[in-house]
Amino acid sequence: MGSTGTVEAGAAETAGLREKLRPYRAVLASRARSQRAYRTSFVLDLASSLLVGLVELAEVWVLFSNVTSLGGMRFNQILLVFGMADLGFSLADLSFGHLDNLPDFLRAGTLDAFYLRPQPILLQLITSDISLRRLARAAVGAAALGIGLATAGVSWDPRTVVLLALGLVSGYATFAALFVWAAGLQFFLLDGEEMTNAFVYGGRYAATQPASVWSRPLKLIFGFFFPMAFTAYLPTVTILGLPGPDWLPAWLGWCAPAAAAWSWLMGLLCWRWGLRHYQGGGG
Amino acid sequence: MSGAIIEADGLTREFRIRDGKRRRVLTAVDGLTVRIEPGEAVGYIGANGAGKSTTIKMLTGILVPTAGSVLTCALRPVQDRRRLARQVGVVFGQRSQLWWDLPVRESFRILAAIHALTRAEETDRTAELVEQLELGEFLSVPVRQLSLGQRMRAEIAAALLHSPRLVILDEPTIGLDVLSKQRLREFLVGERRLHGTTLLLTTHDMGDVERLCDRILVIDHGRLAYDGDLPGLSRTVGAQRVLVVDLAEPVPDLTGMDGARHLSSEAGGLRQRLAFDAEQTTAAKVLAAVSDKVEVLDLTVEEPDIEDVVRRIYAAGR
Repeated sequence: MGSTGTVEAGAAETAGLREKLRPYRAVLASRARSQRAYRTSFVLDLASSLLVGLVELAEVWVLFSNVTSLGGMRFNQILLVFGMADLGFSLADLSFGHLDNLPDFLRAGTLDAFYLRPQPILLQLITSDISLRRLARAAVGAAALGIGLATAGVSWDPRTVVLLALGLVSGYATFAALFVWAAGLQFFLLDGEEMTNAFVYGGRYAATQPASVWSRPLKLIFGFFFPMAFTAYLPTVTILGLPGPDWLPAWLGWCAPAAAAWSWLMGLLCWRWGLRHYQGGGG
Repeated sequence: MSGAIIEADGLTREFRIRDGKRRRVLTAVDGLTVRIEPGEAVGYIGANGAGKSTTIKMLTGILVPTAGSVLTCALRPVQDRRRLARQVGVVFGQRSQLWWDLPVRESFRILAAIHALTRAEETDRTAELVEQLELGEFLSVPVRQLSLGQRMRAEIAAALLHSPRLVILDEPTIGLDVLSKQRLREFLVGERRLHGTTLLLTTHDMGDVERLCDRILVIDHGRLAYDGDLPGLSRTVGAQRVLVVDLAEPVPDLTGMDGARHLSSEAGGLRQRLAFDAEQTTAAKVLAAVSDKVEVLDLTVEEPDIEDVVRRIYAAGR
């Protein structure tokens, strides 16, 4: 009898959750459908996104045709960093990248429409769009990661698998938080896209580099404040058993989830602060 | 449910704006105290920048009041925004709440999900709105391809899909042709009669107010300047109606008519405009007086224009 009750409660909970998610699913499914509706244009979108990914990969490759090692890493080890960072970033860009459009919403006053719907504003904004074309770029990242994993002399044991999973999930979460963080700041900056893009896209670029080559101020900014080093470089260093550089010891690779949590904390604080400013309730 | 649908008490909103190098405070809404009962249809009028949109944003939880308080549907708009959203529908005439690139039908489907309507509720309500607003012919057309009149009907259906108790319309008929305006007003009258919906609408169109509203609030420079019915408003400000007559032959200005005042003449006296006070005389009496002097070919009666009414209230308040 007790177990039936539990099952029923469980079923009711699932139904409740389904109902809670229904608004978001409806919007996302329809966005995804409309992007695939025009086959040619969707394929072109995918192709251009693929090209961007390949050009960025080529950049790393060109660099390594001149040097054999950068920041204590060989090409196939850098591939691991690049792949991990780019996969995480592309997926975050796919699901959060449209937060960049907030200034357009603010200028056109369309953010007000979100206030008239019974869901949290940020959740509505996040689920208001999805950019499927970024899948192509994620594929480049995944391929680089795959090649890196196969050739960089990774020892396959549970520790590696856990670190890899932790690194990827935390990296995705950190980049996603960065978009939220930037969006929160948009409320204060008129035409502030340039500035926030500098840290979002600059952060992505930094994440694909070995942090060992950074100067100390850069280590502070992209190592800790915007914790880009935690999205790929540090987990890779830990996986490969390399010694970490100054200020960034190898064990920090295990702390990727903490970096993600910090980013979300800052992102949500900025968002909350921005929204209050928008409503004029005082900081 | 008893109690007011809107209860504002000393509602005030200031904006700090930068004027060159100096900062100054602009009071958009200034101590608004008003109570609106369920089922009322209220016209909220005022000049551009008088504070109408700011009021609406405070009623719906978009803006936080600087001072004073407001309860909408007995809820605190900012704190209870998500619960309030289920009971209020808002149409912003100038801003779309639909998905630009999606067919109208798809937008409705998403909104039904957003408002957690059951299958049956969704089907019934959509069918009702499609029929009454005559949306059938363009349900599968993307919103961006709709004419203004079609889009506005779709917007209204979208805002009413979840059967809100309170519907707020910000300039719902702006830019619409006469027929579209007419249809929209008929729909709103019907919706109110059928569901007891409370209407609050801002407009510049006197026709909207006359046909839809039994109560008028005039806001001027953020302050409530009038609260009452339309005839009372015209009485207060002495707004006059204007009889325009097209005459068979040019005559000198028709001055000295009983109860009517000559305003202007065109085409050498072939068309003349006469203002009269609806309290003192009627259009028919003025027309009869004119007909005694000269043959009238055609006529129109102009209603007092809202801008004019508001201007007069403003002037009276000085």
